[in-house]
Amino acid sequence: MTKSIHNNLDRHKIAEIQPLMQIHQLSLFYNQKPAFKDVTLSIPQNSITAIVGASGCGKSSFLICLNRLSDLIPGCTVSGHIQLGTLNILSPKANTTALRRRIGTIFQKPNPFPMSIKKNITFPLKEHGVKDSQQRHNIVEQVLKDVGLWSEVKDRLQDNALTLSGGQKQRLCIARTLALQPEILLMDEPCSALDPISSGIVEDLILRLRQKYNYTIIIVTHNLAQAKRIADYTALFWVDKGCGRLIEFAPAEQFFNAPNNELTKAYVNGIKG
Amino acid sequence: MNLSGLKMIRQNQYGLDKVISLFFWLVPLIVTSLFIWILGDIIRGGIGQLNWAFLTTAPLDTGRQGGIAPILVSTLLILGVCLAVSLPIGIGTAILLAEFTPNHNWFGRLVRRSLDVLAGVPSIVFGLFGNAFFAKTLGLGFSILSGGLTLACMVLPILIRATETGLSAVPQEYRLSSASLGISRTSTLWHLLLPAATPGLLVGLVLGIGRAIAETAALIFTSGYVDRMPTSLLDSGRSLSIHIFDLSMNVTGGDANAYGSALVLILILLLINAIASYLSGKYSKTLKV
Ligand SMILES: Nc1ncnc2c1ncn2[C@@H]1O[C@H](COP(=O)(O)OP(=O)(O)OP(=O)(O)O)[C@@H](O)[C@H]1O
Ligand SMILES: [Mg+2]
Repeated sequence: MTKSIHNNLDRHKIAEIQPLMQIHQLSLFYNQKPAFKDVTLSIPQNSITAIVGASGCGKSSFLICLNRLSDLIPGCTVSGHIQLGTLNILSPKANTTALRRRIGTIFQKPNPFPMSIKKNITFPLKEHGVKDSQQRHNIVEQVLKDVGLWSEVKDRLQDNALTLSGGQKQRLCIARTLALQPEILLMDEPCSALDPISSGIVEDLILRLRQKYNYTIIIVTHNLAQAKRIADYTALFWVDKGCGRLIEFAPAEQFFNAPNNELTKAYVNGIKG
Repeated sequence: MNLSGLKMIRQNQYGLDKVISLFFWLVPLIVTSLFIWILGDIIRGGIGQLNWAFLTTAPLDTGRQGGIAPILVSTLLILGVCLAVSLPIGIGTAILLAEFTPNHNWFGRLVRRSLDVLAGVPSIVFGLFGNAFFAKTLGLGFSILSGGLTLACMVLPILIRATETGLSAVPQEYRLSSASLGISRTSTLWHLLLPAATPGLLVGLVLGIGRAIAETAALIFTSGYVDRMPTSLLDSGRSLSIHIFDLSMNVTGGDANAYGSALVLILILLLINAIASYLSGKYSKTLKV
């Protein structure tokens, strides 16, 4: 209930909201074959943007451009322009380590490292120069509380993270990303590998985080109901002639109730997809 | 098809299942009994020789009498040289191949192909190469150093392949999620990938040591025959396997000590095996905590 009020508040403010990330004519190719082409949109600050669309339309590929994870995939090339504040993300000179600290990623399959629960969080922190172990411990406690895992694991911080349940693993992965204090969270179907209860917990968590820390969140989801529940903005990707396209990007209310595009209409009414 | 026909097929399948599972039990049984037979033979022949004096005294009367102390020392030194050289080069190459060379890259393909060819080269060829290159060209002569370096060339392909396989077996998700947390490639390699690949590396190490310690042909031409206690790495030294070969082929009446030496060789191999599996178990545990 509070959620929808919150959403509506935001929607009234759209006009004043600064775009945080501007994406212009973005295309991605796997070995010269385009996965998606010419995507242009602006991600509004402190909002949740949901990306929906049928399988294979390039949603995951879109996300991996935003933090240059695409660099790691052999044969993958990206063209276009992404601007984050003063930073030109696709510039070869951009510092990817710092960039990925600013833009955290949560993957579909929870993938904690094969280390202790605590080390999963402290290892990246150490990498980013948090030298004081007491400070690191405080951060561990803080982020585990943020994701609601603290009471469940506080007595077993030294246990292997792989012994956690699927939902707990995913929350640990979120915690380990939060520990780096990113500005933007990219989430690629963060709930789809989880059972309905864990999925609900993670979904609530996303909303709580946004409210508490004003994160900007971009979330890919196959679950239209979920997009409806949490998104402020929604984008629809669709495959056209073997290549993904951005069909519509609009405030969620408009997207679900009065879409401009016929395809969107069919999709949200469950006729397509 | 009617029901009874279906039933017959089922029964036939059960019969076939039984034959196949019998086969799959039989094969390991044969392999195991072969191993036990050889082991039994060596133990029977060698156990009478095995005592403290045998391990700590020098051979007498070209090995018919006395012990194997200098031979043990030479063997361990040759093995030490071999590992000191092959481990760093092997792990380094494996990292380069697995982490920094794309799969279809011509350089990676060339190196991998060469390694596969190298792994199949008969050891006598390595011996001749070691003799020509290390002993003659580099002027190391018949020495423990020449022998160790030649063995290093032999075990490198095994070590590299095992480590590379270990690294490739680490799920790609670890690399992606590590990068997504802004962790550098070096740290990812050091803290995440290498620990995860260690069990694979240890398997390669055991196989490599096994090949090195059992080697005769490659060492005859490089580390030589001399059964005195070596005083430096540039001394010639006789390895256990050459000692066994010499006693059983060239020395009449040397059979008892040949058996004794073979038993020691096998015990060393079993010991190394046990250490490696202990470490591998321990390592996968420490990684997890
Ligand atoms: N590493 C890769 N190499 C080559 N092609 C790829 C690679 N990853 C994805 N593709 C192709 O790019 C297209 C877009 O894939 P992508 O994973 O981005 O889709 P998606 O919208 O996330 O799908 P899903 O909803 O199933 O996750 C697909 O046709 C896919 O086959
Ligand atoms: Mg996807």
